[in-house]
Amino acid sequence: MDLSSFSAYQLLELLNQQELSSVDCVDYFLKQIENRNPDLNAFAALAAESALEQAQAIDRRRQKGEAVGPLAGLPVAVKDGICTQGIRTTAGSRMLEQFVPFYNATAVQRLLEADAILIGKTMMDEFGMGSSTENPHYGNTRNPWDLQRVPGGSSGGSAAAIAGGMAPLALGSDTGGSIRQPAAFCGLTGLKPTYGRVSRYGLIAYASSLEQIGPLAWTAQDAALMLRVCAGQDACDSTSATRAVDDYASEIESPINGMRIGICRDQLGKGLAPEIESAIEQAVSVLESLGATFVDITLPNSSHAVPAYYVIAPCEASANLARFDGVRYTKRADSTELDQMYSKTRSDYFGQEVKRRILLGTFALSSGYYDQYYIRASKIRRLIQQDFDRALNEVDVILGPTTPSTAFKIGQWVDDPLSMYLADVYTVAANLAGLPAISIAGGVDSNDLPIGLQLQGRPFGEAALLRVAHQFQSQTDFHTRRPN
Amino acid sequence: MSFEQTTIIGLEVHVQLKTRSKLFCSCTTLFGASPNTHTCPVCMGAPGALPVLNRQAMDLAIKTGLALNCRIETATKWDRKNYFYPDLPKGYQISQLDRPICSNGYLDLIDPEAQFADRRVEIERAHLEEDAGKSSHDETQMGGESKIDLNRAGTPLLEIVTRPNLRSGMEAKAFLTELKLILSNLNVSDCNMQEGSLRVDANVNLHLTKEDQRIATPIAEIKNLNSFRGVQRAIDFESDRQRKQWNNDGLTIDQAAKQTRGWDDESGQTILQRTKEDSADYRYFPDPDLVVIHTTSQQIEAINSEIRPLPSARRASLMSDFSLSAYDAGVLVHQGDPFVDFFETIARHIGDGKLVSNWLQQEVLRYLNEKQTDIDHFPVSEEQFIALLERIKEGKLDTSRGKNVMELMMEERLSMEQSLERLGIESLDSEELAAICQQVIEENPDIIQQIRNGNDKAIGNLIGKAKTINRNVEPGLVRKQILTFIKNG
Repeated sequence: MDLSSFSAYQLLELLNQQELSSVDCVDYFLKQIENRNPDLNAFAALAAESALEQAQAIDRRRQKGEAVGPLAGLPVAVKDGICTQGIRTTAGSRMLEQFVPFYNATAVQRLLEADAILIGKTMMDEFGMGSSTENPHYGNTRNPWDLQRVPGGSSGGSAAAIAGGMAPLALGSDTGGSIRQPAAFCGLTGLKPTYGRVSRYGLIAYASSLEQIGPLAWTAQDAALMLRVCAGQDACDSTSATRAVDDYASEIESPINGMRIGICRDQLGKGLAPEIESAIEQAVSVLESLGATFVDITLPNSSHAVPAYYVIAPCEASANLARFDGVRYTKRADSTELDQMYSKTRSDYFGQEVKRRILLGTFALSSGYYDQYYIRASKIRRLIQQDFDRALNEVDVILGPTTPSTAFKIGQWVDDPLSMYLADVYTVAANLAGLPAISIAGGVDSNDLPIGLQLQGRPFGEAALLRVAHQFQSQTDFHTRRPN
Repeated sequence: MSFEQTTIIGLEVHVQLKTRSKLFCSCTTLFGASPNTHTCPVCMGAPGALPVLNRQAMDLAIKTGLALNCRIETATKWDRKNYFYPDLPKGYQISQLDRPICSNGYLDLIDPEAQFADRRVEIERAHLEEDAGKSSHDETQMGGESKIDLNRAGTPLLEIVTRPNLRSGMEAKAFLTELKLILSNLNVSDCNMQEGSLRVDANVNLHLTKEDQRIATPIAEIKNLNSFRGVQRAIDFESDRQRKQWNNDGLTIDQAAKQTRGWDDESGQTILQRTKEDSADYRYFPDPDLVVIHTTSQQIEAINSEIRPLPSARRASLMSDFSLSAYDAGVLVHQGDPFVDFFETIARHIGDGKLVSNWLQQEVLRYLNEKQTDIDHFPVSEEQFIALLERIKEGKLDTSRGKNVMELMMEERLSMEQSLERLGIESLDSEELAAICQQVIEENPDIIQQIRNGNDKAIGNLIGKAKTINRNVEPGLVRKQILTFIKNG
């Protein structure tokens, strides 16, 4: 059986009906990894043995008729920036080459408690800083749709794992677009939840006020399943929300008749690939045919989102990454002098982009510049939030592009960080505003590459986003296409 | 005419708050465990771990702030103070920069011995922060490994910063003594300098004035102060040192950088550690991992209602309600609230504050010091103490025998009755006493005559004779009977 053509939801049905054993399911994906990962380099670590053991246990429980969790027996992959107890977690950095966490991230713990099976850790840009998963320490991850192209980043390994048929479901994290952009490049559904919806405990921090853990999957239905398990308050994360988690699986079934969808015309045209723009227009027709009405909105401060993001994120990163000093759990460069040990460790084991952002953030926070950079960026952030508040008063969700282009070539922007930063132009605003946003497959370009559409919603409006996505997917088949 | 010299002192006091668990995780704060056993992903700064505030620490900080007359911040935020140090696991310390939980308070100092003038010491701020771990280095310089213990990392500290209102080492010591008393009474800290639960840095410089000339010497921050006496000595030394330095080089505060100096208790000197050419840039910014904590006025009121009268109020009431001297009140209050409570209960019954105060200061304090214990563990109950002192006050027992009784009550935990019995002290009934007095009066007409002639002291002689007849006679009662006889005769 070619399990990679199934969605996670369909696999779960087979598992629950015992038409497929978890052992066979896990075994299938492990074999896929064996065959395809050498080309794709999507995985950073595998947990084959423990995965098969877990699968056996779950099969036994199912056979005995015991209750099993909502993801029972389903293999999942987890981004390598999320801590997994006993499984090496590098966050894509050589600094953490030997780091084996002694605890699970809350989101991982919840997956395991739902009886999901962790099959491996996926590649990423170092500490999430990048949009291409071109990793200076562990190599480039390739896009399963075109091996010469990037899968996007920073959750590029999770996206390539699913698109490459090596996992049906994966966790990513999104600081400025790191779930949505790879989802767009790989033809997947990727959801960045509202800030506080999913616990960040165990997510190796890049920019704490911006990032969220979220699902990558083929379909909105799959993403709904995974989010439902991972979301909810966590006593270990003060910024996690107390609000109850919606029943996404049932909410997505409601029609979108009468729903108001905003579209920001300013974001179309200049800088956006024409094929993506026409995919948006086609999506408008599909959604209108389902009874949604479209309203033009404006987000006047959105052009400041990338500059604000590239101040706030590096500022937070400069402090978040200070713990990697060679003293505990990281690699340590040889030196007899403390200051030399620090500087050598950090010079040797951080990559270029990480060092660039640490320097940027350190500079922006330093005395005399703090007001000019950090405070100013924080003010812009509030203006962007106010733009969204206004717009989302008028409409339920906002439709737009996820990325300015489809997947770009490996090496294309490696030496041009500014162009690379613009890959985030449509995604960072949701992080700055803390809003939920989803990317879904909404077209194919002339190179046969997937096109991503983005929907942004109200705080804790994940159900509305998933519902629009699911209803769109009920009318289209972009989410069922698979790379050759 | 030479320059007048004033020493200007500001203190920074780090107080370890007495919470069960650390400031941002649930690890215990108990002192003295084997290295790195009281740690978890949060206080070890593990990748991905996040801080969660311990509300108890905030409550203790607020309590301290209220006792120090501070304004209490109702929306507390947290900031990251960035610097690298091996025992600082995250590479930053979670602290409070612009919204300290307590600010603009004061503590009034009054010296009963009037060695310095009454002084209000203003509290600029008191903010919460997490403690770092502890490094230990190979002192032999033989290239041994440095070691880090993170048991202390994440322990809640309240950093109390005074304005530079203090003017001498003696005042600084008095301030710290009073502050420690307040903190102990509030039960917010163990205040143990040896275990590091109270740490003091002093900022010192001189203001020199002559006619309309005003000169300030460069500021020195003194560290490694490990006792209040050390603080006093260090400040006095530093004050002299700065005067001599200025006499030599004439450098003022604008011409020389701030110095950090360490106090060496053995040699009695402050020693230059480093010169801050430019102050460290800690790149503070709000910690995105923590949310703003709101404290309502009801919560503050609830904490305030737990605060008992402060030492200054207790001294005043000891002086007004029990007629104690400022000195005696000071000694009693210095022992802490439970001791003062003990005193007040007894003194209220006995009605003679001075008598009770003397007994507490002599017998009880001597016992507590000897046994290294406190009044909560004192073996004599208030009731027993009252019974003993009543007996003495009524003249049924003289002071020196009373002390013997007390000794047994304390050392052997006997009741007063048991102690009297053990010492063979029996009360005589009034007929027996009258008979003995009658005998003494009849056998010593000449002494009676002396007393009649105004020689009061001679009565001691008769009491002595009464005691030889029966050693249990109460001197006070014998005196009373004899005086009554003489008056009526």
